[in-house]
Amino acid sequence: MTAVQSTPGPSDAIDAPRSPYRRSKPTRTNFELYAWLFMRMSGVLLVVLVLGHLFINLMLGDGIHQVDFAFVAGKWASPFWKVWDLAMLWLAMLHGTNGVRTIINDYAERNGTRFWLKMGLYAAFTLTVVLGTLVIFTFDPCPIGADPALLPEFCPAR
Amino acid sequence: MARTLMPTVSGPTGTLYRGREGMWSWVGHRITGVLIFIFLLVHVLDTALVVVSPEAYDAVISSYKNPIVGMGEAGLVAAVLFHAFNGIRVMLIDFWSKGPRYHRQLFWGVIAVWVLLFVPFMVRHLSIIFSPVHG
Ligand code: HEM
Ligand code: HEM
Repeated sequence: MTAVQSTPGPSDAIDAPRSPYRRSKPTRTNFELYAWLFMRMSGVLLVVLVLGHLFINLMLGDGIHQVDFAFVAGKWASPFWKVWDLAMLWLAMLHGTNGVRTIINDYAERNGTRFWLKMGLYAAFTLTVVLGTLVIFTFDPCPIGADPALLPEFCPAR
Repeated sequence: MARTLMPTVSGPTGTLYRGREGMWSWVGHRITGVLIFIFLLVHVLDTALVVVSPEAYDAVISSYKNPIVGMGEAGLVAAVLFHAFNGIRVMLIDFWSKGPRYHRQLFWGVIAVWVLLFVPFMVRHLSIIFSPVHG
């Protein structure tokens, strides 16, 4: 017993044979492809930057007990660590924000929810990257009026 | 009964992301990624205290120097190590021609590297966080 089958007409339910395969409606840009590539390229750099950061701050010297204002001033006295931290800040924030954007797209089904969650995410991204960048560029290792005992050894107040 | 013409895929040649190592590594990668991201937002905020004053920064940082926060730091390192090496595994699956075939072995490789790095880390970090703070 077979049911009578109607041949699909020229509706949009089934494409004509050999028409190009499309997952969804075409987009104008290759943004998602570049985002995918960026996750991988930033990942490679972050392995060195973040694992290096953790090793120096937690394993060398006195580990976590060494961390204080003078320790940060000592590191940021060198442009090397400033560039390191700046690169880590920007790459980790771009990588993490893009990753969380993917997760929001996966789980938030309502258009409004998805929109507002991503707006919150982009606001957090902007605030954090701007603040972190300003901190690295405006940092003063020997602020006047501070308790000299807390300053690094190279400060004249010591 | 109509039979499907698609070959039935089952057993060890199934998909990369349904069940077992392929799926659990993905779940772990997601959770650790979000965790590290949230940590980073807070971390940039507390580091920003260095431009407020040395007193403000040192007050907050010294409140972190106890075994409880120390265990939190260990958890963060555990998450970063897994995410980093599983991320390399994802890249090998994407770019290395034999990657997809060995994805399961690569997963156990990630676990092995994780143990190899995390155990010595813990030996050193625990000895630091359970010793008295000076200076
Ligand atoms: C418990 C573990 C960690 C400790 C003790 C720690 C400590 C520090 C310290 C002392 C600084 C000041 C500058 C320097 O030392 O280079 C800093 C800055 C920074 N850390 Fe960490 N860190 C930890 C984990 C991480 C992780 C996992 C990330 C990345 C996801 C990270 C990203 C950064 C960034 C981007 C900066 C620069 C902040 C700015 O621009 O103001 N840190 N961290
Ligand atoms: C340490 C070096 C790192 C490596 C090698 C790495 C690698 C990767 C890779 C390859 C992906 C894409 C996974 C996919 O498309 O299936 C990814 C996703 C992600 N990463 Fe990282 N990452 C690193 C550090 C970080 C950091 C520091 C953060 C947080 C600030 C982060 C947060 C995320 C998030 C939230 C995702 C999305 C997860 C998902 O979609 O399931 N990663 N990572």
